[in-house]
Amino acid sequence: MTDNILIKVENLNKNFGDLHVLKNINETVSTGEVVAIIGPSGSGKSTFLRCLNLMEKPDSGKVFFEGVDITNPKINIDLHRRKIGMVFQHFNVFPHLKVIENITITPMLELKVPKAKAEEDAMELLKTVGLADKAYEYPRKLSGGQKQRLAIVRALAMHPDVMLFDEPTSALDPEMVKDVLDVIKLLVDHGMTCVIVTHEMGFAKQVADRVLFMDEGIIQEQGTPKELFENPQNPRTIEFLSKVLY
Amino acid sequence: MGGPSIFKVWQQYYPLFLSGLWSTLKLAFVAVLFGSLLGAFISMLTLSKNKIINSIGVVYVTIFRGTPILVQLYIFYYFLPMAFPIMNSLSKTTVVLLALIMNSSSYVSEIVRGGILAVDKGQTEAARSLGMSSKNCMRKIVLPQAIKSIVPSLGNEYIMMVKETSLASTLALNELMFVKTILANKFLIWQPLFIIAAIYLIVTLVLTYMVNLVEKRLSVSD
Repeated sequence: MTDNILIKVENLNKNFGDLHVLKNINETVSTGEVVAIIGPSGSGKSTFLRCLNLMEKPDSGKVFFEGVDITNPKINIDLHRRKIGMVFQHFNVFPHLKVIENITITPMLELKVPKAKAEEDAMELLKTVGLADKAYEYPRKLSGGQKQRLAIVRALAMHPDVMLFDEPTSALDPEMVKDVLDVIKLLVDHGMTCVIVTHEMGFAKQVADRVLFMDEGIIQEQGTPKELFENPQNPRTIEFLSKVLY
Repeated sequence: MGGPSIFKVWQQYYPLFLSGLWSTLKLAFVAVLFGSLLGAFISMLTLSKNKIINSIGVVYVTIFRGTPILVQLYIFYYFLPMAFPIMNSLSKTTVVLLALIMNSSSYVSEIVRGGILAVDKGQTEAARSLGMSSKNCMRKIVLPQAIKSIVPSLGNEYIMMVKETSLASTLALNELMFVKTILANKFLIWQPLFIIAAIYLIVTLVLTYMVNLVEKRLSVSD
């Protein structure tokens, strides 16, 4: 692991009404690192992830991305989000655009990539995830797993420095899960920095450099997958793992 | 119900009815066209997070949707020219159109607002997470999806407006319903009413059919 810090979170707090979802979180993610976040529903793990690209606005605290405080209202958040890919539980592919247009639209609009170049890049990405033959279909023709693979390459087309995954396989049919995890694995093998909120413990174990266990808005425990899964210290971690590991 | 048959009256006066219908369609079209442009603008006000801008939009919509169109027509026609003498220079058609446009815009603004809000929030989140600006996100992602529910509703608004322009006959504006008044001078009372009703019915049926066609066409990518 390098000391090259990509994301730094300082004293992060988030409330939804009376609910204190994130309680003064401090954390860093280094370049090239793969961090898995696990924890029960409502533990704040998705909210934490969504604060990293300001999809969710923190109530207090700071988020530094590549050294810039992106919670500062004076910065143009769009410029930084282009470097932070995000993949959602429900895919959120654009249904009115063809598969290839889903990928090319943002590079063309925001990075002024010429159409031919954007399409060439998009086809390359589609090939790597086995969707090249679907390029000119509308997303309604895709299965859940295919939609999620499309969502992943759509984010990659912006050449992000980090990818955030928000329960990327939770809405999938069981037999689609592996295809999507394979794509994420491929990214990891290529050295992409990833932060993955997941319920796939086996996957977290396999790909993560570090696993964070969150509960009640706090990172209760963290360590290498080996440490956390095989020798958890925090009673909450022990209880959670005893319920999810079969 | 004495006098000549409906058929006879139609045979003798059909150019009158048809020119009345033409005026009605034009009136409704212009009202909904400009009503849509104004309505799209008003919807931006009601969607605004700025409280003052938002309340201006909400008050506008509430007033025009909450009062009968006939009352609005009378106020525009009789009262506003008194309050603003400059309006005296406007033709009767223009004044009626102004009232219809403002009325229509209040309904259209709600149609547009509803269409935009009906687009899944995940679409905006995905676009913004990619670094798309809020303007491009609205233009390229949200509006093209919202339009699918907006356009058929605009068609229905046009159908409503075709019927509502009949109220302008009370101000002696020449449109389909006013043919009744013209023919009443020739002691034809009931026949024109049935002819007028039949014409409105046929027109709304045809327009409804066309709206359904457009709706089908727009749902291609669903």
